[in-house]
Amino acid sequence: MASQQQAPPIKGAKVLMVGAGGIGCELLKTLALSGFQDIHIIDMDTIEVSNLNRQFLFRQSHVGQSKAKVARDAVLRFRPDISITPYHANVKDPDFNVDFFKQFNVVLNGLDNLDARRHVNRLCLAADVPLVESGTTGFLGQVTVHVKGKTECYECQPKPAPKTYPVCTITSTPSKFVHCIVWAKDLLFAKLFGDKNQGNDLNVRSSDAASSSEHANDVFEPNKDEDIEQYGRRIYDHVFGYNIEIALSNEETWRNRNRPRPIYIRDVLPGESVQQNGNAERMPLPDDPLSVSAMASLCLKNPQDIWSLTENSRIFLEALKLFFSRRKKLAVEFVTAAANIRAASFVIPLHSLFEAKGIAGNIVHAVATTNAIISGLIVIEAIKVLQNDANSYRMTYCLEHPSRKMLLMPVEPFEPNKSCYVCSETPLSLEINTHRSKLRDIVEKIVKAKLGMCLPLVMHGSALLYEVGDDLDDDMVANYAANLDKVLSELPSPVTGGTILTVEDLQQELSCNINIKHREEFDEEKEPEGMLLSGWTQAPAVENKSTNVANGASTSSSCQAVPLETEEDDELVILPAGSSPAGMKRKISDVSTTAISDLSTAADEKRSKKRVDELDDDDEAVVMLEDVNADIGKGLQ
Amino acid sequence: MDGGEELTEQETALYDRQIRVWGVDAQRRLSKSHILVSGLKGTVVEFCKNIVLAGVGSLTLNDDREVTEEALAANFLIPADENVFDGRSIAELCCDSLKDFNPMVRVSVQKGDLSSFDADFFDKFNVVVISCCSLATKRLVNESCRKLLKRVAFYTVDCRDSCGEIFVDLQNYTYSKKKLDETVECQLKYPSFEEAIAIPWRSLPKRVSKLYFAMRVVERFEEVEKRKPGETSISDLSNVLKLRKELCLAHSLNESQIPDALLERLIAVTREFPPVCAVVGGILGQEVIKALSGKGDPLKNFFFYDAVDGKGVVEDISNS
Repeated sequence: MASQQQAPPIKGAKVLMVGAGGIGCELLKTLALSGFQDIHIIDMDTIEVSNLNRQFLFRQSHVGQSKAKVARDAVLRFRPDISITPYHANVKDPDFNVDFFKQFNVVLNGLDNLDARRHVNRLCLAADVPLVESGTTGFLGQVTVHVKGKTECYECQPKPAPKTYPVCTITSTPSKFVHCIVWAKDLLFAKLFGDKNQGNDLNVRSSDAASSSEHANDVFEPNKDEDIEQYGRRIYDHVFGYNIEIALSNEETWRNRNRPRPIYIRDVLPGESVQQNGNAERMPLPDDPLSVSAMASLCLKNPQDIWSLTENSRIFLEALKLFFSRRKKLAVEFVTAAANIRAASFVIPLHSLFEAKGIAGNIVHAVATTNAIISGLIVIEAIKVLQNDANSYRMTYCLEHPSRKMLLMPVEPFEPNKSCYVCSETPLSLEINTHRSKLRDIVEKIVKAKLGMCLPLVMHGSALLYEVGDDLDDDMVANYAANLDKVLSELPSPVTGGTILTVEDLQQELSCNINIKHREEFDEEKEPEGMLLSGWTQAPAVENKSTNVANGASTSSSCQAVPLETEEDDELVILPAGSSPAGMKRKISDVSTTAISDLSTAADEKRSKKRVDELDDDDEAVVMLEDVNADIGKGLQ
Repeated sequence: MDGGEELTEQETALYDRQIRVWGVDAQRRLSKSHILVSGLKGTVVEFCKNIVLAGVGSLTLNDDREVTEEALAANFLIPADENVFDGRSIAELCCDSLKDFNPMVRVSVQKGDLSSFDADFFDKFNVVVISCCSLATKRLVNESCRKLLKRVAFYTVDCRDSCGEIFVDLQNYTYSKKKLDETVECQLKYPSFEEAIAIPWRSLPKRVSKLYFAMRVVERFEEVEKRKPGETSISDLSNVLKLRKELCLAHSLNESQIPDALLERLIAVTREFPPVCAVVGGILGQEVIKALSGKGDPLKNFFFYDAVDGKGVVEDISNS
């Protein structure tokens, strides 16, 4: 590849990097060393301590500053003569439109979440700019090349959906620690510290639903005559004691399950009055509000230790008390303690803060080496793209264990998927009850959540049903708002079976048609959204370590799926192959299940093994890397 | 659990993300490890960055060369400010930047010629990584490491054009591995560099990477011609091809196993290719982390990467 090194396309190339995190730091360095002279870099994040173990362009003194800007300055120190343009902004900002993308010869992604990846994919397709996509987790990583018309786009293959849990598992019958974490974080924490008006299934359902929910409405409001300690104890008794008693009263539930045990604060901390709890072994609060910690104030040091029920209860009260000043560490401590107390109730093993943090999300399994390797591979592909050397494009997988002797495994890119709704014009189809569902359901649950549009517009023929934008006059805004709450068949231009809706995102310049089919009934368990989108293949959900219940996911229906959205810092996860559509040629020379299983739960492992058995080509298996993400931070900060 | 010392709060916070990859015990072992690197070209610089970020106990740098334009080409540790050079060696300049990456790692400089150090010198380290040195020096340092009572892991790494090679000698290496539910003890026996390259080529498995042979030819060429490592050019091609013929004859290997074009690339382009440095330096970092932490299968005993076909291949060149 002698020609690669001095290739003139490098010097003249204008490159856009999206992401200045783990991969981004390595990539910016490698691009600069390789001779790139005009690099633009977008990242909305600021630097955090836990970035410093791998994002080597950043120092302790940079914590809190823009990643894109600090990265630029660091690289200019060893390559002062090149041009690096940083943007401390969200790539989804309308400024970064198709015209913006068109100025670049290639776009390089080092992103941390599915949403942004999809968004950039669409802009690259619309602007006809090649995209090199990447991701890492632990020792695993991948680089792929997406060139319009030549290779598949980022969305040609289904992306695994975040794991969802039935609401009743979370509210009433948890059986794994993750259920307790979800309950603690997305129900209890959200109720106490989040938007009080949001619907919330915190209370255990009983046969007497009406009275229990009435009781619930005021219980979380502090009484006039109680202090914060008393409030904490009352909440404790309510959620770990009273609610469990209510749940126990429903005998049917426990016929085949272990009965949980109600836990009251007086039983766990019997001798401690409110005041005593306040002065036993206590450290003074530090000055820095960010480092306030219930753990520290109770002299518990090691986040790897598993606290006892007593310690969990102390942390619970302490964190609740301290939290009213809204501090980050406390959120994690509170969630850990609450989840552990609930786990104790349901005879589920307790976990350490370190483990709980991993389960609750916002945690990347990340090391510098993989990001460095991936950055090298990205630049190698970027150079091929600039040379227009389409036959040499490769997707490369970085594995933890050699497979066919390979640790770095190149695979020829696939052709575009002809039925991809993003890069082809294949219509989608939506089964929905047009007499009951509202336009809002389509806009929120389909157009935004599933199709990933940011600024959607919905049309029926030439009639505009909905759009967003700055330039709308008040009448239109009111009109669209009214439409949102109308049942589909009662819209000014009625949407019924056979209707073809056109949805568009003006920023992404993506447009697709949805054929509407009316259907009367939906299975509450299997189709909790009350609609079914097809032509848009979503991979089966994978239970990963990062989870959280999206706010406001719950309504009054009895057992609804709770979407768990995950988000990572900068990387992705190799998932078992179960998600590939049957017959899709997606073989990679025997990537053994061992390469994959590190990241998979036992169930996933089984699935991936099964998949390997199913393949008829002797020892070929399938790998899919995908991003999985969870950001407890978004919910908690 | 060795020592059983707990990580400090500062370490736990800084290393949180990687502890989730390799665990607390591995992190603790890393923080007690001492590493020597010699020959600070692009790939080794990448390796140094990786291992300092990972949080080893100490890193010692050996490279007395002064800064040249060539030395700067793939080195992001040296600021582009000639005022700071001030007659200082590459190792000294890199040391400053590396210290900055992670204040918890002790980074220092060892002056002197690698081939002049005796075995006792290497006893201070758990890992020795050498690059751009002669065949004789590779043998010598490898043997010095092997003479010691304690195991000192030995690595060589070299990149030419868009190709890279790593050699690993962990001597007798035992590690535990999780297989399904049980943990099994695994044992690997590594040959020395000398032993490995002495293995007759015809007795190697059929599909050994062509790069293995090509690198041996170039390495041998530099030795017989008394060249410094990397001191080759396209004008050497006819002599290199002659040497290939001799070696292939001696080893009863078909010459087509070492294509002209590959040899040409290896001798003609001595300038480093930074993306390959990142890839090979990353793999090397991972391997050293595995060997130090006792977690994961270490590679045995050669690794080859070529950006042209994109493959990163592990080859076992040993008698066992």
